[in-house]
Amino acid sequence: MPKIEVNEARCKGCQLCTKACPKQCIEMSDTFSTTGYYPARLAKQDCCIGCGMCFQVCPDIAITVFR
Amino acid sequence: MNAITKRPSALTEAQFHYCPGCGHSVVHRLTAEVIDELNIKDRAVVVAPVGCAVFADKYFDVDSIQGPHGRGPAIATGIKRAKPDSIVFSYQGDGDLASIGMAEIVHAAARGENITVIFINNTIYGMTGGQMAPTTLVGQVATTAPKGRNEKLQGNPINVSEMLAQLKSAKYIERVSSDSAPNIIKAKKAIKKAFQNQIDGLGFSFVEVLSICPTNWGTTPLKGLDFLREKMMAQYPLGVFKDVTAANKEGK
Ligand SMILES: Cc1ncc(C[n+]2csc(CCOP(=O)(O)OP(=O)(O)O)c2C)c(N)n1
Ligand code: SF4
Ligand code: SF4
Ligand code: SF4
Ligand SMILES: [Mg+2]
Repeated sequence: MPKIEVNEARCKGCQLCTKACPKQCIEMSDTFSTTGYYPARLAKQDCCIGCGMCFQVCPDIAITVFR
Repeated sequence: MNAITKRPSALTEAQFHYCPGCGHSVVHRLTAEVIDELNIKDRAVVVAPVGCAVFADKYFDVDSIQGPHGRGPAIATGIKRAKPDSIVFSYQGDGDLASIGMAEIVHAAARGENITVIFINNTIYGMTGGQMAPTTLVGQVATTAPKGRNEKLQGNPINVSEMLAQLKSAKYIERVSSDSAPNIIKAKKAIKKAFQNQIDGLGFSFVEVLSICPTNWGTTPLKGLDFLREKMMAQYPLGVFKDVTAANKEGK
């Protein structure tokens, strides 16, 4: 199953990936990252189709897509 | 399972200092991917602007110079003429390019310099705190237009791409947007063409990228995207305003 990994140290919590995901697989964490943002995370298992849309919109190159 | 995405090698590991959601970050990645794909990292030169992208040289892992406000195209001209094998790109915001640097960009285009210009239009002076730019929309609030830009007082926005396309020596002019994954993929194609043109010696190539500045628009990144799509695209339609590179290639 495809998946994404969010590099919390780079994520600035802009939320752009949450809207870009065609499957609504991404949500925002409710705990601060070490850099002081609420980082994005994969909301549910077996959701991601590995399309890469979230990577495209992520300004901070915080997302890696695996397929 | 394999990673199908990666950080381009033409970027350093430095974390962008840009605000959350900022369009500069997206365009940096696209430009770096193009540099990787065209295999020009060892001869690329970025001319960084004055504006939020003033530290672009910290991020692009290529040769760099940072010049006085708006003078990027003149600096790029000098480097390109002195070192024709280098691939020189001037990266500029709308205050930098369309305000203080309007003369430099117009004359570089008019001279048909074989350079690439990446123009980040976010309709505002980002770095200095949100003053009105020549690109600010009518009605849009800026610190120097607190009631919104008033056509009678401050005139109308300048559509730089359309304007430069009038110049005979400008070879390729396209406006793209960084608001969605499909548009970002299209933006990369345009940036790639603008670099390929320079490699092929085809002349002045210019890509305008509509970008969000949520911080100085006083909004969130997601609402900023709505503003870009609804308001900016009405004033600044996407598209190719000029492309005479195909004809030139055949004539070569
Ligand atoms: C000669 C000179 N005049 C004015 C300034 C102040 N200044 C710094 S950045 C800037 C405008 C930046 O706006 P823009 O080019 O749109 O870049 P952005 O930050 O929006 O990407 C201005 C007026 C300066 N640094 N130098
Ligand atoms: S790769 Fe596609 S499906 Fe998977 S999280 Fe990103 S946008 Fe959603
Ligand atoms: S787009 Fe990138 S920086 Fe923004 S919330 Fe998603 S992972 Fe974080
Ligand atoms: S002020 Fe605007 S242009 Fe500058 S980094 Fe922040 S969002 Fe980007
Ligand atoms: Mg600007």
